[in-house]
Amino acid sequence: MRNGSILPLRLHEVSFAAGGRMIIDRFSLEIEAGPSTIILGANGAGKSVLMRLMHGLLSPTSGRIQWNALERPGTPRKQAMVFQRPVMLRRSAKANVEYALQIAGIRKTQREALVRESLEGVGLAHLARRSARVLSGGEQQRLALARAWALHPEVLFLDEPTASLDPSATREIETVIRAFDAAGTKIVMATHNLGQARRLGDEVIFVDQGRLVERAPVGEFFSKPRSAQAAAFIKGELPWT
Amino acid sequence: MSEALTTAFALLVALDPKLVEIVLLSLRVSLSAVAIAALMGLPLGAAIAVGRFPGRQTLIVALNAMMGLPPVVVGLLIYLLLSRSGPLGPLGILFTPAAMIVAQTVLILPIIAALSRQAIEDAWREYEEQLRSLGAGRLSAGLTLLWDTRFSMLTTILAGFGRAAAEVGAVIIVGGNIDGVTRVMTTTIALETSKGDLPLAMGLGTILIAIVVAVNAAAYLTKELAQRRYG
Repeated sequence: MRNGSILPLRLHEVSFAAGGRMIIDRFSLEIEAGPSTIILGANGAGKSVLMRLMHGLLSPTSGRIQWNALERPGTPRKQAMVFQRPVMLRRSAKANVEYALQIAGIRKTQREALVRESLEGVGLAHLARRSARVLSGGEQQRLALARAWALHPEVLFLDEPTASLDPSATREIETVIRAFDAAGTKIVMATHNLGQARRLGDEVIFVDQGRLVERAPVGEFFSKPRSAQAAAFIKGELPWT
Repeated sequence: MSEALTTAFALLVALDPKLVEIVLLSLRVSLSAVAIAALMGLPLGAAIAVGRFPGRQTLIVALNAMMGLPPVVVGLLIYLLLSRSGPLGPLGILFTPAAMIVAQTVLILPIIAALSRQAIEDAWREYEEQLRSLGAGRLSAGLTLLWDTRFSMLTTILAGFGRAAAEVGAVIIVGGNIDGVTRVMTTTIALETSKGDLPLAMGLGTILIAIVVAVNAAAYLTKELAQRRYG
């Protein structure tokens, strides 16, 4: 473990309730640096809420979420998140990446190079000056990844990043996610797509009805799932992957 | 009637000095009021949109209600404030263009604040998670949203201008409709019509309508073009 690393992330009995319904139910878990973690589960299982709790966008109703090192307010965040539907500002692709760097407090002189590098990394250099909001869905998602890339986060959360994309855009996104992994960024990705889980994941955290049901290396999870729910999920989902 | 129309047309074509003076004063008063109201109203709208503080709901309801403030009532209030025995009497600006600017500012500030609050709050709903994920605080989020909704803000400002340019109740009370000093398009139309001198009234009416139409067309086109270019 690197000194000053924000990992591991520990969740102690974390619950989240909304509208009288338990969405996350007593979740305890430790996320370490290294293997890509896939949070797998059906729609409505609580994957998105779980990611938002970890990323700090939601506060747990009860329980504790603890990073190894605290992120101090006013310093660049060491974690980033890519959402199912990317939100782009009404400015150029380049300016969207630069905005993230500016919020992170990176000096103007250093931004230019980082912006160029990250746009090249996702293959969008030729669209740098185009308005971000008129790009296609796949291009916008790659831009969202570029925005995260520029920040060199230690942890990258991805919430169903390809759920609304076609197969070729999905492949491009997966290539970029692999590049993050290769560069040493910890990947935590929610998906209900089994093929994607297999392609990108090292370990699977299986969530059902807000509960942590099973955690296993990806090969083991698919070949011999220990829980009945996971087995049913794998069976039910396979024909569509 | 047709004679009045012809005379009105002649006044327009000849750029009658009296007519020009009235139009220029109108523009000066309403544009100043819009500028001041925008400088205060846009940040106020953004602050209410992204802020969380006690009394927020009440403030929103009050602001929305104040969009429909009757101009004569605003005129009366400003008159009482600025009159010689009023709290701001020592300023001595009653029956000057300055008083008219103050009255119109008060009249359109709620419009600009309420409309911008609505637009920015809608955007905030869309952007909140992303901006918070990047680590933006509420202040910087507010500024980001102001800029990102800039085309809606322009429409908002133009709506304020339309209201200011077209109202007569407030400026006639605090300005006094003094010939050559505080006479603007709307007050002149009211006065000349009641005097039976139709040509000047109709000439000014034509200009007023042209300005309001042009402003609305500009607002529409800007929004349309921006939508196509920026999405």
